[in-house]
Amino acid sequence: MIATEKTIETKGAGAAWDVERVREDFPVLRQTVNGKPLVYLDNAASAQVPRIVIERGSKYLREEHSNIHRGVHYLSQRATSAYEGAREKVKRFINAREARECIFVRGVTEAVNLVMHGYGRKFVHEGDEVVVSEMEHHSNLVPWQMLCEEKGARLRVIPMDDAGELLLDEFDALLNERTKLVCVGHVSNALGTINPVKEIVARAHKLGVPVLVDGAQGAPHLKVDVQDLDCDFYAISGHKMFAPTGSGVLYGKAELLEKMNPFLGGGSMIRTVTFERSTYAAIPDKFEAGTPAIASQIGLGAAIDYLNGLDRAAALAHEQELLAYATERVSAIEGIRIIGNAREKASVLAFVIDEIHPHDVGTILDREGIAIRAGHHCAQPVMQHFGVPATARASFAFYNTREEADSLVAAVQKVIEVFG
Amino acid sequence: MSELSELYQQVILDHNKKPRNFQKLEAANRTAEGFNPLCGDQLTVYMLMDEGVVREVSFVGTGCAISKASASMMTQAVKGKTREEARLLFDEFHRMVTGELDEEAEPNQLGRLKIFAGVRDYPARVKCASLPWHTMHAALEGEETATTENLGPDLSQAAISD
Repeated sequence: MIATEKTIETKGAGAAWDVERVREDFPVLRQTVNGKPLVYLDNAASAQVPRIVIERGSKYLREEHSNIHRGVHYLSQRATSAYEGAREKVKRFINAREARECIFVRGVTEAVNLVMHGYGRKFVHEGDEVVVSEMEHHSNLVPWQMLCEEKGARLRVIPMDDAGELLLDEFDALLNERTKLVCVGHVSNALGTINPVKEIVARAHKLGVPVLVDGAQGAPHLKVDVQDLDCDFYAISGHKMFAPTGSGVLYGKAELLEKMNPFLGGGSMIRTVTFERSTYAAIPDKFEAGTPAIASQIGLGAAIDYLNGLDRAAALAHEQELLAYATERVSAIEGIRIIGNAREKASVLAFVIDEIHPHDVGTILDREGIAIRAGHHCAQPVMQHFGVPATARASFAFYNTREEADSLVAAVQKVIEVFG
Repeated sequence: MSELSELYQQVILDHNKKPRNFQKLEAANRTAEGFNPLCGDQLTVYMLMDEGVVREVSFVGTGCAISKASASMMTQAVKGKTREEARLLFDEFHRMVTGELDEEAEPNQLGRLKIFAGVRDYPARVKCASLPWHTMHAALEGEETATTENLGPDLSQAAISD
């Protein structure tokens, strides 16, 4: 039996979502591509950036730029204060206990690698086991394979069914005294499935096993409360939640972060250095060697401000309505198969068309001004499960419209016409 | 930018639907595998070389319409060619799809293969057309595997990322 967990909370959505008003906040959306209005449906790959984020980054570069944490001068203090201010915003956004539990990283890939090196290489030994799911993005799979290969540990996989839902009974059967870590995505980038991560954490914790949640596709859509989830790590990519590339967060429980090894060595992460030995700084600095992406992380803080200014329940309701509408219209087209039919999905619509390769779909849609992703979505095991080399994926954000879903449908029909 | 119909010409659509020489060649004495790790396209080229001549050539694999049609027409084009002639065709095709050869102005042996000239306007698709040719070339030269990871700047420009 699959545990159901109420993850989509759209109740309390206020007035109707004013999508045209919201679109004005995103300058990039106002352009034409190949003579057609841009229809941006590749949000799961990277979301667009609202004006206040652009302006915040620009203000930093114009007025505040300096290195952080090391200057006694005015600009360095302003830059440090803006950077640490962004960390406070992250802390409140995900409801961490303390800001020092929020490590700034380049994105989920770096976050997972940090945990692999800092936690995995220290606490996973020969014969131990690491659990991932069948629907993981390569960023939450390959680092664990590398670890298991290095340590002689075993990678175990939670299987999914053909709807794209994890089989939690199988998960229970995988857990044992050798399990050292569970790594699972909050939302699948390839299928849209919202995984019952709170339930997964609870089951793993019964055996004392810590859980890392890849939140790359979770944070842009769902309200994240790391204390409520009780996850041990939660990884976020800023560029998927309306912030610049190069921004991101690894949340970790302080007691875990403190006992982990550092990841990158260098400046800022040390307390004292002599040729005999170095001692390391306290968290979060221990994991932030070198000069970080200051402007991008300040931009992430501004993106959080922007999201906090929205009615997020209404935003999610709008996305869910778009997903349902687009799913209904696309599945009505003959020869189309939707890949990913979980009961709880974020606004990801992946599909294949009989006899037509997704890359050809992507090229023809691009000529219509429509941006989608065609490929394996860095989730080749998911493609293998469904027996397809690749899929076409439309992913919606709260600034997308019903008219854009209609454009998608019309363009897909054109693809089928071209290929006769 | 050319029109879509110039990329998806009828000949290409036809070869996609009914690829020629689309089977394993039991008598092959050369095989090479072509792989595009970015998009997952994969094909195997089988070749029977005899006294420096490509007597038979075939392919199997999965890919988009452009790569499938390109593979199909590649097998037709190189069958019966000497190693030198096949090398020259590979070079001309490669230069055409990367924009280094003006197939209308400069002398060449491309013939019907000129219909692939349009892909140079679609940087993300150049590698789709050239992968079968790189794989054929690898078989010709007795190499085992061709991938689009290290096939020169034209292909790295065409990278698709997630």
